[in-house]
Amino acid sequence: MRERFGLRRFVDRVVRGACLLATVLALLPLVSVLAFVVVRGIGGLSVAFFTGLPKPVGEPGGGMAHAIVGSLEIVGLACLFGIPAGVLAGIHLAEFGGTRFGRFVRFSADVLSGVPSIVVGLFVYALVVARAQRFSAYAGALALAILMLPTITRSTEELLRLVPESLREAALGLGVPPWRATLRVMLRTALPGIATGVMLAVARAMGESAPLLFTALNNRGWARTPNEPTASLPVNIYTYATSPYTDWHQQAWAAALVLVTLVLCLSIVARVLVRRGAG
Amino acid sequence: MTASTAAGAPRTLFGGKRTGDFVFSRLTGGFALLVVLAISAMAVEMALASLPTLSAFGASFAVGTVWDPLHRVFGALPFVWGTVVSSLLALLIAVPVSLGVAVYLSELATAWQRDVLGFLVEMLAAVPSVVYGLWGAFALAPWLRSSLEPWLAQHFGFLPWFQGPSQGFGMLAGGIVLSIMILPTISSVSREVLRAVPASLREGALALGATRSEMVSLAVLPYARSGLIGAVLLGLGRALGETMAITMVIGNRAQISSSLFAPSYTMASVIANEFTEATGELHLAALAEMGLLLFLVTVCLNILARLLVARVGRPIEGGRL
Repeated sequence: MRERFGLRRFVDRVVRGACLLATVLALLPLVSVLAFVVVRGIGGLSVAFFTGLPKPVGEPGGGMAHAIVGSLEIVGLACLFGIPAGVLAGIHLAEFGGTRFGRFVRFSADVLSGVPSIVVGLFVYALVVARAQRFSAYAGALALAILMLPTITRSTEELLRLVPESLREAALGLGVPPWRATLRVMLRTALPGIATGVMLAVARAMGESAPLLFTALNNRGWARTPNEPTASLPVNIYTYATSPYTDWHQQAWAAALVLVTLVLCLSIVARVLVRRGAG
Repeated sequence: MTASTAAGAPRTLFGGKRTGDFVFSRLTGGFALLVVLAISAMAVEMALASLPTLSAFGASFAVGTVWDPLHRVFGALPFVWGTVVSSLLALLIAVPVSLGVAVYLSELATAWQRDVLGFLVEMLAAVPSVVYGLWGAFALAPWLRSSLEPWLAQHFGFLPWFQGPSQGFGMLAGGIVLSIMILPTISSVSREVLRAVPASLREGALALGATRSEMVSLAVLPYARSGLIGAVLLGLGRALGETMAITMVIGNRAQISSSLFAPSYTMASVIANEFTEATGELHLAALAEMGLLLFLVTVCLNILARLLVARVGRPIEGGRL
């Protein structure tokens, strides 16, 4: 009997060890990726990298100012399209979502969130770029907004549902019209959580390159208006990394360092917000 | 939910709809409709864009093995092969690891381990695809070429999968990079599923004298099984549609080879590489049809996965997982 328990305890330890090992194994790539990005990227960072434009092929130096600004511009426009739409759709689901229409919207949002980002790029190409006959930051922003939409919608809905109904009842009891109670009481209470969902969606959109390939395309210089092909960090990393020039590879690593810093900061801040809200 | 009554009947005591409430529900409803429109318009646009090849090639598109845009021959099989094999390889690596992670974090770890390690695993999902591609091309592929692939060839070279020259860029590199990228998806959905398992099951098992691992294997996993399968399918959906990282490491050669060392090509990669330089309408349509195929497969997988996950209990959180 004792021996049998010894065996069971041994198996238990082996299983625990294996699960811990799996967790460590899962984190190895993260450590390796971050280490490579920092070590290889830091050498390429300079003032010129942040302020300059790319030099002609073969000339060393140059920077990615246009891609950094372009990325912020495209993501900013995407926020402009995606955040209001997502939050309002989420409000509808939380407040009036018990209907068949509500269930259908929820289902569509879930399906939309599983569509590969390259397909969203193709869709926006067919919808906008092919019709307008030009690549533009607007098209790229639309693609990113579509990617952000389901995340923002569903997280807004869920956070609104967490707000106690008694708050709404208190407002209604004071004679506030229901729609104002929703906006001024329910939404305001849920706002920190919604901000987290939005920031996570924005961070993800910031790193997307596949949907920009056929929408915002790329640009070796400044785009004067958002209605022109616009460079972005992710697309530039791809272009530079797949080029044959070692000098460009160095720039790709530096751009990756900038992009990873931006994206990780956004997601870490978002998660800290959550924790503070929960605690 | 009390608020749901607001959709239809008037809420005011003395009759008559309040205009503010009416406008508010219609306005937000319009934006909710936008979500439905986006997905339906996507289906329609993709189908329209691929009509030329659908009518020109029909089913032979999916089984043809030659892809030659210059001679207007479009067979998608090598790309389908590359997509399916690289995704399955990714599952083979990622499923055991991510289930281990999920079990560890939700059943075995202490509170602070769960916080710290869970946070780090989530960070794995935050790294952009193109950065994984960069790392794969300049760190992983050279290591595979010089270390892992020669070792595999030496010890397991009798298997057809590990034969041929070590090239670094190829199916193996693609599968490994994909597995890293889908790992956080599978493990976070699995954690949600495990969290939905009633605590009474665990308590019952422990009260009967089970060890922790026996509790997991006898009580928790059987209950959560359908949800865990759903988590794996969500991961598969991500792997099939992943583009940039795999484009940068898989070698991009349209061929069907039994060796994992050999370069391959995926559907998403060929769209990414050829779409902006497509030669003529038929080529564009062929790439669009590839996109349509990806769209349909991932949508079906997603629906199935969400149904399976919902069976365990609490529906999973929405959004891109």
